[in-house]
Amino acid sequence: MGGGLRVLRAGPGATIQDDGRHGYLRYGVTPAGPMDWVAFRTANVALGNNDRAAAIEVPVAGIEAICDGAPLAVAFAGGAFVWRHDGERLPIAARLLLQPGEVLAARAGDSGAFAYLAVEGGFETPATMGSRATHMRSAMGGIEGRMLRAGDVLPAASTRRLGGASYEAIIDAPWLTPALDPFRVVLGPQDDYFAAETLREFFAGTFTLTPAADRMAYRLDGPDIAHAGGYDIVSDGTALGAIQIAGDKNPLILMADRQPTGGYPKLGHVARADIGRLAQMRPGETCCFRAASVAEARAALFAREDEIATTVARLVPLRRALTSEKLFEANLIGGVVDPLGGE
Amino acid sequence: MLPKPRYLPAGESALVVEFGDTVDPKIHDQVLALDAALQHAKWEGVSETVPTCRSLMIHFDPRRLTTEALADALAGLDYAAAPPLRRQQRWHIPACYDAPHGEDIAEVETLLGLPRARIIDLHEGARYRVYMYGFAPGFTFLGGLSPELMIPRRAAPRAPVPPGSLLIAGGQALIASCAMPTGWYGIGRTPVKMFDPRRERVFLAGIGDELCFERIDFAAFDAMSTAAEAGEFCARHEYLGET
Repeated sequence: MGGGLRVLRAGPGATIQDDGRHGYLRYGVTPAGPMDWVAFRTANVALGNNDRAAAIEVPVAGIEAICDGAPLAVAFAGGAFVWRHDGERLPIAARLLLQPGEVLAARAGDSGAFAYLAVEGGFETPATMGSRATHMRSAMGGIEGRMLRAGDVLPAASTRRLGGASYEAIIDAPWLTPALDPFRVVLGPQDDYFAAETLREFFAGTFTLTPAADRMAYRLDGPDIAHAGGYDIVSDGTALGAIQIAGDKNPLILMADRQPTGGYPKLGHVARADIGRLAQMRPGETCCFRAASVAEARAALFAREDEIATTVARLVPLRRALTSEKLFEANLIGGVVDPLGGE
Repeated sequence: MLPKPRYLPAGESALVVEFGDTVDPKIHDQVLALDAALQHAKWEGVSETVPTCRSLMIHFDPRRLTTEALADALAGLDYAAAPPLRRQQRWHIPACYDAPHGEDIAEVETLLGLPRARIIDLHEGARYRVYMYGFAPGFTFLGGLSPELMIPRRAAPRAPVPPGSLLIAGGQALIASCAMPTGWYGIGRTPVKMFDPRRERVFLAGIGDELCFERIDFAAFDAMSTAAEAGEFCARHEYLGET
């Protein structure tokens, strides 16, 4: 029988995301997808999934879900959240087996704004226009285009016979550790709307993330970034990480739920390699920027992708407390079932 | 002779080809020609293109294509002669200007000093071009609004308008496909769903298509709304140009 997760409690903002809804930008369709693509991909890679596999994006408000119907292999990664498996504290990123009736719970911890809970094969919620990514504003994807809530059943594409103790592992992903390095910015397409002195001030300044931060855009507060001319341009296309400067002279960085076209001058774009780290900021935290060439941003992206690809090789066996009867039980059952071959 | 486009990076994974900075059919024609040429050429690594009034954004996979290589290849591409992606069509979109639709007409009357009947005639009488979609699925930006209806955007957004609202501001007209707060003025409403993911044809008009409005009364609006809900287009369309 099929298995899945049933949501027991979901804080505001928990959604299903895959790598996004592609091919319809020209019709005004928002791509959506994970806010932190690096953490999303890390959790999926740990399970052998590709980026089309849908996972749960867990916001700071957390989530609690119970394994339903059949054993599941799951992995989670992202901000420094507190994860518990039937009450037992887990590392901030791990791969494990859930037995029917077991509960996995996450709540925000020391840092980070999002974590990803992936399941082997991905969640099989209905796809809209080729994607399961939730975009709430247009009510597409996920479950009825909305955030998750208690009672939602999320079917998993595959279930797993018990794989033995070695399956459970800590995901050691140093690339997900918060860092204070400046975010790399590729100038353009409208950097010529700003005086050279203004651009210098932008790169010298420290900016604070305001509470006006959602899946669509992050608004920052810092030194005024004044336009040399007007700010009311005829709309052109937008890409992930676009740094728009509107009339209030503050940067507005376009994130996963960005609209495909936009009408404010875009000073530059945050390098894709740094988008995950930006997404993990919480309101009140500060950041700064430095200019990077297209070639540097590209090399940084490849380096990040190469790091993510090492996820499986870097897995560390997860040793549970010996008092954990569940794990012990699971190991025994695993040993019995495995030789029987397929289901 | 038109000036050469500018190639402007938008991060490491997208490139903007900018033909101008105004809303102008000649500029838009070039955007559409380049878009068509790229769609026909199917270059390795180009993932998606987004035409706007004045530019084409090209999203690509930086593993398979670089900004530099793409700009070089574009400079050598003879796109002016590219056959269009599909034949241009003209859409006849029913429009209801009766109360309670077009909540902002009274405001526009005051702002422009024009009588209500004149505003409706001007809006209904124009022939529009679909310049781009944006903001939300099926949110249709139209050029061709009468200069007499030139009205600046609101300083602050108004309360959400309903789906199908016909909006004007900044010299452009717009068909809103979903409810949302807006800085534009709602002067009518269409029962047509420019976007419906349940329909086989999810989006009606192509970018570059012609569009005009045809006045309907309140009763017709209600009947058509029911039909549109059931998946009907509720909009006539015909092909333009040689057969």
